[in-house]
Amino acid sequence: MAKPKVAFYWCASCGGCEETVVDLNEDILKVTAAVDIVFWPVALDFKRKDVEALGKGEIAVSFINGAIRSSEQEEMVKLLREKSGLVVAFGSCAHLGGIVGLANFWTKKEIFENVYKTRYTTVNPDGVFPQEKTETKEGTLTLPKFYDTVKTLDQTIDVDYYLPGCPPPPSLIMSAVTTILSGKLPEKGAVLAPNKSLCDTCPRADTKPEKLIMKEIKRPHEIMADPNKCFLEQGIICLGPVTRAGCEERCINANMPCRGCFGPAKGIEDQGAKGLSAIASILGVEGEEKMTDEEAKKMIDQIVDPAGTFYRFSLPASLLKRKKMKEEVK
Amino acid sequence: MGINMGICGDVLGKKDLMEKTFEPKIICFLCNWCTYAGADLAGTSRIQYKPNGIPIRVMCSSRVDPMHILWAFKHGADGVLIGGCHPGDCHYQNGNYKTRRRVFLLEKVLKDFGIEPNRLKLEWISASEGRKYAKVIDEFIEEIRKLGPLAMEQSEE
Repeated sequence: MAKPKVAFYWCASCGGCEETVVDLNEDILKVTAAVDIVFWPVALDFKRKDVEALGKGEIAVSFINGAIRSSEQEEMVKLLREKSGLVVAFGSCAHLGGIVGLANFWTKKEIFENVYKTRYTTVNPDGVFPQEKTETKEGTLTLPKFYDTVKTLDQTIDVDYYLPGCPPPPSLIMSAVTTILSGKLPEKGAVLAPNKSLCDTCPRADTKPEKLIMKEIKRPHEIMADPNKCFLEQGIICLGPVTRAGCEERCINANMPCRGCFGPAKGIEDQGAKGLSAIASILGVEGEEKMTDEEAKKMIDQIVDPAGTFYRFSLPASLLKRKKMKEEVK
Repeated sequence: MGINMGICGDVLGKKDLMEKTFEPKIICFLCNWCTYAGADLAGTSRIQYKPNGIPIRVMCSSRVDPMHILWAFKHGADGVLIGGCHPGDCHYQNGNYKTRRRVFLLEKVLKDFGIEPNRLKLEWISASEGRKYAKVIDEFIEEIRKLGPLAMEQSEE
């Protein structure tokens, strides 16, 4: 019997998700023993025409990482969807929009102005911007269209499963691959990670006091964090309470707080709003009765860039998805 | 006041009506123990105030999750009013302080979403302040009228 075919593809991403596949180390041999990789731009020399030549649904599983922000990415994932039996959104960007999704706080125009014009490392006196079509002597050159809005994979194509994480840990990938190959498929739309919140599995969970209060906010670089104490109690914003577990507490073990890459724990619709709510609820509770609105505001102002902090990985998947588009920009 | 075109126009799908006079749609989350009772008093005292507010009774202002507020903005609210007990009066001792912190923090985030922070308003209104409720809601409606419709539609490009 022929081995099932598997494809890997990347969209708007950093390459870390590809790296984590390589991080399977010897286990990758088990994967290649069980499947045929028919498309993997980062590692294997297959082209788009090779994918086009495959039959409908011929690829058993496509693992797609990265968010969708250009017409090329949209075309490619639509092609892969057609050729694949299952599509797995691989990593934070495909799952929720990820770090690149933070671009949704700006518009295409603002991004282009910044990158190609006003940035102090940019020299562009003629104000040339990337064009979708450029006429030259040799012919017409084309570039993919750059969208205003970064989208998650499931806002572009139908997605069967999600593998969260920035990047997903190798153990989680291995168990996902084994589950899918075994044929015992979980319910469609499942996130292939535990449903608990990170606090539930945190190695510092026991140090969390009965009544958790953040007296003041500290950023991770401002203090030497005690490696055996709950981050929130130390005044460091940690998104553990609202984030899905399953990451093997990699950040916590490196003495860094959770930044929320696994996305919302089950039942949470908007990770950013929920995180904001959780932190605001435990911040500076003492002596609040006598606090004026200005004093309360000042306390809140300790949180630098709240939108970027709470929506770090999930802006395109959040309720509002992006900054409001002004009429003239449309 | 006549027909409330902002709300009815939407229901009837008569967009041209809405464009003629913009009537803000305001979602009001009112705490059971103070502000909702205050709004009730405004009603039983027959105090006149504008009908653009849609009241939603919650047990405590701190029951209002920031998600509820964002959801309201996403689905067509032009403004959100949260009414709670005066400091020190919270039925659950400190719920209103939590609300205050969340609202102040959410206001900062709203700016990044391109939503004017004054579309979200937090007011302490007690059960005896029917008149204040009417005044606050009238003033808030006028403030939102000046800001214009929020229209959070998403661009596809």
